[in-house]
Amino acid sequence: MNPDLWLKNNTFHHSEFADLKALVKEKEKKNLKISLCIPTLNEEKTIGKEIVIFKSELMTRNPLLDEIAVIDSGSVDRTLETAASFGADVYLASDILPDLEQKRGKGENLWKAIYQLNGDIIVYIDADIKNIHPRFVYGLVAPLIYKDEVKYVKAFYDRPLAFSDGIRPSGGGRVTEILIRPLFSLFYPELTPVIQPLSGEYAVKRDVLEKIPFPIGYGVETSHLLDVYKKWGLEAFAQTDLDQRVHRNQPTRDLGKMAFGILQAFLKRAETHGLLELKDQYAHVLRQYQAHNNSYESIEIHIREEERPPMIKIPEYRKKYNIKEDKKEK
Amino acid sequence: MIDNIIPDVVADLSVFEKRVNEVRETLLANLVMLSEIPAPTFNERERVEFLLEKFTESELQNTSTDEAGNALGLLPGTEGDENILLVSHLDTLYSEKIDHSVSVEANKITGAGIGHNAVGLATLSVLPLLLEKLDVKLKSNLILMGSAQSLGKGSIAGIRFFLSNTKYPIKAGICIDGVKLGKICHSSVGMMRFEITYNLPEDYDWKRFGTIGAIPTLSEIVTQIQKIPIPSKPRTTIILGSMECGTAYNTIPTEGILRFEIRSESEEMVNDLRYRIQNIVAEVSSIYGIDISLKIIAQRKPGGIPFSHPLTNCTRNMLKHVGIKSWIQPDTSELSAFSDKNIPAITVGMTTGVRKDKIYEQIQIDPITKGLGQLIGLILSIDRGVCDES
Repeated sequence: MNPDLWLKNNTFHHSEFADLKALVKEKEKKNLKISLCIPTLNEEKTIGKEIVIFKSELMTRNPLLDEIAVIDSGSVDRTLETAASFGADVYLASDILPDLEQKRGKGENLWKAIYQLNGDIIVYIDADIKNIHPRFVYGLVAPLIYKDEVKYVKAFYDRPLAFSDGIRPSGGGRVTEILIRPLFSLFYPELTPVIQPLSGEYAVKRDVLEKIPFPIGYGVETSHLLDVYKKWGLEAFAQTDLDQRVHRNQPTRDLGKMAFGILQAFLKRAETHGLLELKDQYAHVLRQYQAHNNSYESIEIHIREEERPPMIKIPEYRKKYNIKEDKKEK
Repeated sequence: MIDNIIPDVVADLSVFEKRVNEVRETLLANLVMLSEIPAPTFNERERVEFLLEKFTESELQNTSTDEAGNALGLLPGTEGDENILLVSHLDTLYSEKIDHSVSVEANKITGAGIGHNAVGLATLSVLPLLLEKLDVKLKSNLILMGSAQSLGKGSIAGIRFFLSNTKYPIKAGICIDGVKLGKICHSSVGMMRFEITYNLPEDYDWKRFGTIGAIPTLSEIVTQIQKIPIPSKPRTTIILGSMECGTAYNTIPTEGILRFEIRSESEEMVNDLRYRIQNIVAEVSSIYGIDISLKIIAQRKPGGIPFSHPLTNCTRNMLKHVGIKSWIQPDTSELSAFSDKNIPAITVGMTTGVRKDKIYEQIQIDPITKGLGQLIGLILSIDRGVCDES
């Protein structure tokens, strides 16, 4: 598919889907179930508001969502109690598929949601959004409901204007603009019209989710884009402008860790796709430096971007969803 | 005596609480969304739209805004001969520029204007749904109103406009404040709100005796005001609210504003203090030869219903029934617009909270159930004629 044509036809604004009655009607006509997954780790300050808004507006008033689930990596604050008190289903990631080797990371929670949640569509929303609004969900699921050919919808945003202390007036797209877009331009130019490839909010059909592997760390969004693109083509994607997302920006040093994990996921796929030949000949240690007076010391951070296999390969999943062997991904 | 009778729907509080829980999600969601819409006085339009949308969804009649920018909806009564007005103000103290996002925790919500007065507005937004869940059919029409232009220079213009122009004669009114549950305001005190503005002309002769800018001059006025004897009866006070002047360490401010308010149970006392302060301003102005103006920004006449009025008694009984200790507090808000029209009215709070009128204001969620119990009981009592006993 021509990327320019894709950009024109598959880019939406949330306001196009604000008629929730019509959206719910179409969802019911197609007999779809939709699950919301919010991965968390110590999000007690923001999780309550997300649950309150989504439950009232998208379950009670407009039954767009069939379940709201928080999948937690082991918060030590009151994230789970708060979420449960406002009516969300709460799960510890480690309690889902407990017989598998335990791993920790956002991607792990997203992957386990495929097993735990029942929706034909799963929409993932980060828990740290300060200006939460129902559009974050309906803007992402609507293209999947209205357009059968669309399988994966990503969010993109205007960047926040100045707000209050602790929130930067702009930025937030640094890793995208410095790392991802140059890499895509070099190796996957068809994917460059994806305006914010790293956005943490997306909605995906189950028949796609169950067939793609999940890096458990920073690389999950990048790997999804590459895997879905290779398997289903650019036309499987859509993107929706959700206007503005206010959240706390990460320090540059943390972005370095993120970029390091993303690069691992990217290089692995570029090699699989025959674009590079690395034979895993790269280190998994990120070195950052800090100064003490006039001397400098190296900080070594081990980051190995582990991956979960496509969920359809997990026997427990096939059993739960009654998937026969012949439907299993090879 | 109707004012002693607890209406059936709130008699069993555990049953009532179950019904409230059915609308809890909607109430909290509306509360969050309303609170995150900035609404400085004179700029309440977006909140009006939100509230009207909720009124329309609840199938209220005559959902509309008026020339003053109020948000209105009418829940028709079975008889519809009389009208009860419930009002909560739309505007806040905060400009659009401050962070309006709120934080929701298990039993508390934090954010600018959450208690003053998003809780009141959220209560209005969910009230038709709650009455439906309670299977309450009122004989009187219930008019729900988000009132515009209430605070500061707004001077309760929204409610005043409505009461002066409505074709629906109002039998009684309830003003809903977010905090604090337990307060009963049955009378409004007399109030005048002033701005003293200091402006130094561009061609001012700096060699004149003693003039060193806005700060000492306004301070001189403050000193003189503080020397005015204030009587203990009628209860009277002068609140020196804010002073703005100056931009740097080393620049003499040529402009300044002093804002203050006179409150008294006696209208004569308010007027007496006003004349005294006018004289102080004129004197200081003439001594320094500077243009200092005194402007009345807002005013209210004292009034209201007596402590022994059945509506006041009824409110006390409802609070006692829901297990909240009540106290009497004078009011300077929408209540005085009712008393100006000789309409019996009361102001009540909905929940508990802290840091009122601070950016990090916080309210508790659970007490709202009791606040709603008190409110529903009051509405039903008025509907059954409690005000007719006065």
